[in-house]
Amino acid sequence: MPASVITASALTKKYKDTAAVDGISFEVAPGESFGLLGPNGAGKSTTMRMLGAVSTRTGGDLSILGLDPNQYGPEIRSQLGVVPQADNLDQELKVRENLLVYGRYFGIPRAVVAKRADELLEFAQLADRAKARVDDLSGGMKRRLTIARALVNDPKILLLDEPTTGLDPQARHILWDRLFRLKEQGTTLVLTTHYMDEAEQLCDRLVVVDKGTIMAEGSPAELIRRHSSREVLEVRFGSDRNAVVAEQIADVGDRVEVLPDRILVYAADGEGVLAHLSGRGFEPITSLVRRSSLEDVFLRLTGRTLIE
Amino acid sequence: MSAPSVLRPRRFGTWYVAEHRLRLMWAYGSTIVATSIGNPVVYLFALGVGLASLVDANLGDGAGGQVSYLVFVAPALLASAAVTVSAEEFTYPVLAAFKWNPVFSAARAAPVTSAQIANGVIVAVVLRMVATCALYFGVMLLFGAVPSAVGALGIATATLTGTAVGVLIMAYTSTVEEDKGQMAIIMRFIITPMFLFSGTFFPLAQLPVYLQWIGWISPLWHGTELGRVLAYGLAEPIWLTGLHVAYLSALTIAGWRAAQIIVERRLDK
Repeated sequence: MPASVITASALTKKYKDTAAVDGISFEVAPGESFGLLGPNGAGKSTTMRMLGAVSTRTGGDLSILGLDPNQYGPEIRSQLGVVPQADNLDQELKVRENLLVYGRYFGIPRAVVAKRADELLEFAQLADRAKARVDDLSGGMKRRLTIARALVNDPKILLLDEPTTGLDPQARHILWDRLFRLKEQGTTLVLTTHYMDEAEQLCDRLVVVDKGTIMAEGSPAELIRRHSSREVLEVRFGSDRNAVVAEQIADVGDRVEVLPDRILVYAADGEGVLAHLSGRGFEPITSLVRRSSLEDVFLRLTGRTLIE
Repeated sequence: MSAPSVLRPRRFGTWYVAEHRLRLMWAYGSTIVATSIGNPVVYLFALGVGLASLVDANLGDGAGGQVSYLVFVAPALLASAAVTVSAEEFTYPVLAAFKWNPVFSAARAAPVTSAQIANGVIVAVVLRMVATCALYFGVMLLFGAVPSAVGALGIATATLTGTAVGVLIMAYTSTVEEDKGQMAIIMRFIITPMFLFSGTFFPLAQLPVYLQWIGWISPLWHGTELGRVLAYGLAEPIWLTGLHVAYLSALTIAGWRAAQIIVERRLDK
């Protein structure tokens, strides 16, 4: 197996007495698409800033492309593309100018960066907006421009912090498509998300993080297999009855979780469980059988839902 | 894996940041040029011609005693013009680049360093000050306000004055997390009084002794006096001229370094 492009061991970031990242360890292989899945405040963004060689770790070891970010910040950053959680495009410049200015930061000659900017606008489906003001772009377009900007130096690793948060479904799908293409071209992707569908779509492997620590690691399918059942039956009996019913059916399936608005029954055969419940006289207001997802893994590991 | 070459960003990072800042200034370039020419015309007419007619008539030899009021006031206005540009560029644009249009954090993700970001911002403003002062000086020449050819060096000393004030403002602005009107306070309670009490319109010695300290600590007074020495050979001891240069240089070096450190601390989170 080729050497890892990222190796973190016992990586820690403390702000005064609070540990935002509390000793996490993981490796990312070249060309891999690696995700950090967790709720807001889990320490994902802090981790990303350390990986981006802009935030100094307070403990542990970190190697990016074989280099220590404490010593080789500029060398590492010259090979990274960074898409931060909040777009930090220059709103006072036009769309294409954002790419030109940014490319210069990498020491790319003007003529080269001009050509590259046109290619990237094409890739980001923004060629017709080259002269538009950044302010006039939609959220999805700004995101694509931020990704285009992150690619201006042809990076070995692309770091994406919550790439589709706040976007509508169509914009998300366009973005996922672009990221897929990059993955196919062999770019290593590291992304954080609190969307399980995004993690399932984009990540070969991921770690589930909560409160600055890693709860589990594996491919989406592995994590689901390991920490959840094949299917989930969701039943609603009304918010005042859910808790009571949950106690009465606790023996059904592999496991029963009660949420304020619904009961989740984990089982290999969801339809079978539903029939069984109905046979015992439980008639839910609504019922739904679905595949287990990373959301269920997260709930299992932390006792909480991802989006609160 | 050996460290890849980041020779260019390491060597020219400051310039790349300055390029970006200049591009932003270019967007309102016509306003910059218009004010750079309009301001000296208006000020020199109002003070150097208008007020001067009163001063020269009543004080004979002009307020400075040696020269006409126009010649006396022009170097002060030149230095003030640099300080005005500097105060303008190191307040809101710097705060914006941290907060509302966070281009510094974007630049920090590229191979440039925090110190280069601070340097680039300063270099760009210095270039704008040189341009503004050169235009200002051109208008001064048209008014016949500069008797000595050495007076052209006033462009450099005015820029140094603006830089000395500016880097201190930048160091402060870089610490501001929430905008609670601090920038307006800088303008009203630091820049404006400095403009009024730095021997700009009358010699510092005319002020009551208990107010003269304002001039002594004011970079603008030192810059103004330096400009007068160059423009018309203001008579002052050589050590005092040396002190003006030393004071402005010391503020520039200290403020510049402080700005680098504060920017670094703010961007490394």
